[in-house]
Amino acid sequence: MDTKTLHEQFNAHQKRARTKIKILQLLLLVCLFITWEMTTYYRILDPLIFSSPTAVFQLFISKISDGSLLPHIGVTLLETVIGFLLGTLMGTLIAISLWSSTTFAKVMDPYLVVLNAMPKVAIGPMILVIFGPNMMAVLVMATLISVIISTIVIFSAFQQVNENYIKIMQLFQANKFQLFRHVILPASTPTIISTLKVNVGLSWVGVIVGEFLVSSQGLGYLILSGFQVFNFNTVFLALCIIIVLATIMYKGVEMLERALLKKFNIG
Amino acid sequence: MTLVEVKNLQHLFFSNKDYTTALHDVNFTVQAGEFVSFIGPSGCGKSTLLSILAGLIEPTAGTITYHTADPKIGYMLQQDYLFPWKTIEENILLGLKIAKKDDPKIVHDLLHAFQLSHTAPLYPSQLSGGMRQRIALARTLAIDPSLLLLDEPFSALDFYSKLLLENFVVKTLQQFQKTAILVTHDIEEAIAMSDKIYLFSHRPGTLIQTFIIPEAIRALPPFDARNHPEFQPLFQHIWKELEAHGYENIT
Repeated sequence: MDTKTLHEQFNAHQKRARTKIKILQLLLLVCLFITWEMTTYYRILDPLIFSSPTAVFQLFISKISDGSLLPHIGVTLLETVIGFLLGTLMGTLIAISLWSSTTFAKVMDPYLVVLNAMPKVAIGPMILVIFGPNMMAVLVMATLISVIISTIVIFSAFQQVNENYIKIMQLFQANKFQLFRHVILPASTPTIISTLKVNVGLSWVGVIVGEFLVSSQGLGYLILSGFQVFNFNTVFLALCIIIVLATIMYKGVEMLERALLKKFNIG
Repeated sequence: MTLVEVKNLQHLFFSNKDYTTALHDVNFTVQAGEFVSFIGPSGCGKSTLLSILAGLIEPTAGTITYHTADPKIGYMLQQDYLFPWKTIEENILLGLKIAKKDDPKIVHDLLHAFQLSHTAPLYPSQLSGGMRQRIALARTLAIDPSLLLLDEPFSALDFYSKLLLENFVVKTLQQFQKTAILVTHDIEEAIAMSDKIYLFSHRPGTLIQTFIIPEAIRALPPFDARNHPEFQPLFQHIWKELEAHGYENIT
């Protein structure tokens, strides 16, 4: 047997293994939906509470056709994207200010610990009172939830830059800004991008909680209002949409990460 | 002509509990165009001395006088520390850019002289270890330093690359008429490359002996110097001195 055939065999084997996994994954999903459908159909689970795939799907079709679903999706999507971008951006900016002054960083340290430990959703009502029941309050909630952890992670990435890189810049008599621009920022880019990935998840939490509180529009509002009138078809519909969108968004950031790392030749 | 004069240099490191004397009463001069080596065991304060010479650390006591206007220091470290997010060209240009004297011609001439012109658009990860150290030397030379500090620049390389790079560095420094201080714990490397060797004692680091390398060995490139009949006797002599001062005693 020549090496070429062996290689082909190897490739074919790898491909079979991958296909097998994909099929099993899909099968599991189908099983879950069938179980959901069957158990609610035969009243093993109460369809009033657990809804059913067909009921959710029918609601989806009707809400799409009467145009009452898309605005909610649009609002939530917009809030989430702005929230996680703002969270990461502000986290980076605060981290820069901490990095630029050791005294400031040391003074702020215990405050950051406290702010990080505090469950941000607990101050949701305060935010609602301060900003009023509008999109602003939701955005603040979404940003707040990710900004502290971003600050801490990015600041520690700044501090972990290899000191020999910094030494070289000092020998070139670089000022703080040049040091940051040429060394600290590019060296920390992978970390900043990975916080982006974490922040996508956190922003969803912030936005949904924010919409629970503001209660005027969005998928979080759909969940809450559905729950209040005991219409769990709506709750599950909103939940499914959130799952799909959050996954797409996460995958999108992951693709962005790969592209950026390639561009900066790091990772 | 004397380029650097170091007088009564002392350096202490402080911690909460106590302090360590890293350097004690260090005195020496380096002539322009000279290649000087410091040898001694790990942790004897050699790298601290280089950091002080480079102005990165303020010594506790003592003076360093540079007999030149606007002294610029080049520094080569154990590893190349090329910035992986910059191309080779950008890496070499960086020092000039910071000094606001960025002239791509300097970079191109250096790369040409090093026969590495083809690497300009590449990233450091695409180069071998030896090539990267050569680029690191080019980056150091780009700012036209008056003194080059070499902190064990060959220690991370395989033996073959190390020998080639030793030859290359000596040739380049002669060509660019540079003064250099090499810090190493490799006696052979020190003899093969230098004009003068200073022997460091263990903590506190101080200079205990000076060896002048014979003209016959100096005239040869490092690789050939190793085969010179006077090389081995000198090696033995320095080795004995090291033993007499109680280090290399790893058992």
